Amino acid sequence: MSMWKQTPSQTVGPYFAYALTPESYGFRGIATNRLVEPDTPGEHIVIEGRVFDGNGDPVEDALLEIWQADSQGRYADAPGGGSADFLGFGRCGTDPQGRFRFETVKPGRVPGPDARLMAPHIAVCLTARGLLNHLFTRIYFDDEEEANAEDPVLELVPEERRGTLVARREVRNGAVVYRFDIHLQGERETVFFDV
Amino acid sequence: MRRNITYKPRDWSSHPPMIHPDYKSTRTRGPTKPLIPIPQTLTDLTVPVYGHEAIGELDNDLTRNAAKNGEPIGERIVVAGRVLDEDGRPVRNTLIEIWQANAAGRYIHRRDQHHAPLDPNFHGAGRCLTDDDGWYRFVTIRPGPYPWQNHHNAWRPSHIHFSLFGPSFVTRLITQMYFPGDPLLAYDPIFQSVPGHARDRLISKFDLDLTVPEWATGYRFDIVLRGPKETPMEAGK
Ligand SMILES: [Fe+3]
Repeated sequence: MSMWKQTPSQTVGPYFAYALTPESYGFRGIATNRLVEPDTPGEHIVIEGRVFDGNGDPVEDALLEIWQADSQGRYADAPGGGSADFLGFGRCGTDPQGRFRFETVKPGRVPGPDARLMAPHIAVCLTARGLLNHLFTRIYFDDEEEANAEDPVLELVPEERRGTLVARREVRNGAVVYRFDIHLQGERETVFFDV
Repeated sequence: MRRNITYKPRDWSSHPPMIHPDYKSTRTRGPTKPLIPIPQTLTDLTVPVYGHEAIGELDNDLTRNAAKNGEPIGERIVVAGRVLDEDGRPVRNTLIEIWQANAAGRYIHRRDQHHAPLDPNFHGAGRCLTDDDGWYRFVTIRPGPYPWQNHHNAWRPSHIHFSLFGPSFVTRLITQMYFPGDPLLAYDPIFQSVPGHARDRLISKFDLDLTVPEWATGYRFDIVLRGPKETPMEAGK
């Protein structure tokens, strides 16, 4: 048994915005919801959705952090040099309607357990007032049926709940938009991971 | 190298439950279904990258990083400590972000309606990186308690919010630091949501060595993040 015990988690509370997503407070942050420049290689996509509580009400003070590989499946933090021009980390606070939005690229496939390839996915860390622990989930893509079917993480999720992890592709005015709503509770409760 | 390191699980005996009914917001926001265990993959074992140039020189001094025409009002304090893993090894070069209310218990956040004055010289947010021994250090103003609407006469004890990444995406931690001897701790459902045996870990200690004569009192707050499952070979980072 170690002498050093994990520091307990506490809620992020309702007032994190001026520190963690502070652009509108005139303070620099370390990341925004825009992960791409116009010339970033790969398919440019928008991910948008809403966060809902157990009453179906929007969660107006959630913070989403996303972490993903570039279009070639490379993480920026990779031994031996990762993706140099795509950092892959974004932050977005929800608005009064519970909405969030990221501008990014569709990630490539990344090796998973036993050298099996994972389907394209984006890792999400979700916090909010009322969440005493941050939650980990993943965004998969509905136009990647084949890759999703052989994904070593998705297969650990009961089939009837897998849909909560899959974003739906739409094309709007020529832009590719994936819809991904998060339900903290209820019939459509999103799958959260112990990782 | 680092990609072969996996991390010990989150210690659910030390963290609060997802739903702690006395903290009302958890009733409709805490997930009700069990978390689904998954293996740690490259996605989870790599760590978000941000330019270290994103850290400004004054970012760890909240008494100066937003000063407009003077110094913020209140009790100047030093808050410092080490970030360690579960084997007591320093977590180096890791980002810590903090935010807090001012001395009157008021946040600059637009939704904070507490009838208490804003301080034109205090913003209440800071960040820094840990050094080679895992040390961090902030200079700030002791935050005041503030009322919230969780229940009748509900007051948050003085606290500073902390956000850390650690060496990977899975070592992320968001927590709050409290002050010793605060009578409000006994009535605060957020603090009380933590299992009793682990609550002490959230309370800073007054520290004379961190106290700067004629200038600021010092509080020590060490933070322990999830550690590697096996002792790693001397890793490159
Ligand atoms: Fe607070």
